Amino acid sequence: MKTDLLIAMLADGPRAPSRAAVGRRLGGGVMFGVAAALLLLVFVVPGGIPTKALVARLSMPMFWAKLALPASMTVAALAVVSRLSQPGVPTERAWKMLCVPIALVWLAALATLADAPASLRAALVLGHTWQTCLTHIVLLSVPGLAALLTAVRGLAPTRPALAGAATGLLAGAIGALAYSLRCPEMEPPFWATWYLLGMAVPALAGALLGPRWIRW
Amino acid sequence: MAAPACNATRDDRVRDTGPLTSAERRLTALLQASIDGDRHAYRRFLDELARHLRIRLRKHLRQQDADVEDLVQEVLIAVHKGLDTFRPDVPLTAWISAIVRYKLADHFRMNARRNELFEPLDEDEASASASVTAVSSLDALDARRDLDRLLATLPPRQRESIVQTRLWGRSVAETAASTGLSESAVKVGVHRGLKTLAAKIRRKAHED
Repeated sequence: MKTDLLIAMLADGPRAPSRAAVGRRLGGGVMFGVAAALLLLVFVVPGGIPTKALVARLSMPMFWAKLALPASMTVAALAVVSRLSQPGVPTERAWKMLCVPIALVWLAALATLADAPASLRAALVLGHTWQTCLTHIVLLSVPGLAALLTAVRGLAPTRPALAGAATGLLAGAIGALAYSLRCPEMEPPFWATWYLLGMAVPALAGALLGPRWIRW
Repeated sequence: MAAPACNATRDDRVRDTGPLTSAERRLTALLQASIDGDRHAYRRFLDELARHLRIRLRKHLRQQDADVEDLVQEVLIAVHKGLDTFRPDVPLTAWISAIVRYKLADHFRMNARRNELFEPLDEDEASASASVTAVSSLDALDARRDLDRLLATLPPRQRESIVQTRLWGRSVAETAASTGLSESAVKVGVHRGLKTLAAKIRRKAHED
């Protein structure tokens, strides 16, 4: 009886379904995350973007390899989040795609470490900036995390903790992408450690926030 | 795949055979039509979906029918809200099932939390049942007070619409006549108001 009433209400109510809703929401979240991370980088992070050094790095292949890690993870994590936000869509392949850049950077890191003399290995992993790298990636991912969790909540994630974790990872990848414009480190062992740890922090935060924040 | 009735042209992922597939095909067609803007089809889709859900949820919940009906409504609202996330390349049953599982898990979690609050009473059965009644009537009073307080936070139009249609049992037309609002304004008021209330209750449940 009351269910009939509800059905009548839902059927008569204002509603504008749109096929583009998922892309629009998530795309908006990513854009906001990237823009906010860049603004934070320029105006809040001490030193901002070192323009001269950045221009000099543009000709180094290693710079582009470093950029490729968070860039490819952003794309892959976005695919995972989008699939987790739609009920019943399989996610296995998207997760595997996300593992590819991680596996590649680990292989590169291990190869570099194996090649280096034992006394230099610790320096290769720690670099000069591991502390600032970690904190800055986390800081730069915060606005993206908030915007993307809000976007995901407007969709239909049926596994909130997992969706939260993937959203956090996406935000972390965006943070790392912005930070890589500033980062002076050019060794894969450094990225394989600190970039991934920096992304893991918002991923963990997303997993914890997910069940509470993205209930719908 | 040997079933002769199985002439589904697409998605071999749906392995249900017989009447279920034909029901699914019909529902999918109705949903497609409603996404394209056919309100009539949408209403029929929701009606049929409610019937399916009722049967399915009764198997999961061996409790009162009220719980089943609550959950049916929860799922219907979720389907309505999530309409944008239905993809034609995903079988309708997979989409609905994922939503049902999510809402069921939610329901069980809520129940567990409620039971935690009310279980540790008395060893003695007689006094235990007495205090249960006491607790539940107190609870009812509490609920009534909570409801009043929550309703008071709504804008007057929404509050009146909900109070008259839902608490007094008046029809939409009667409510419209007594409040001077149009019928659709009453419906919208009820819809929005209930949505706001649900969000508030949810938030409150989290804080508790």
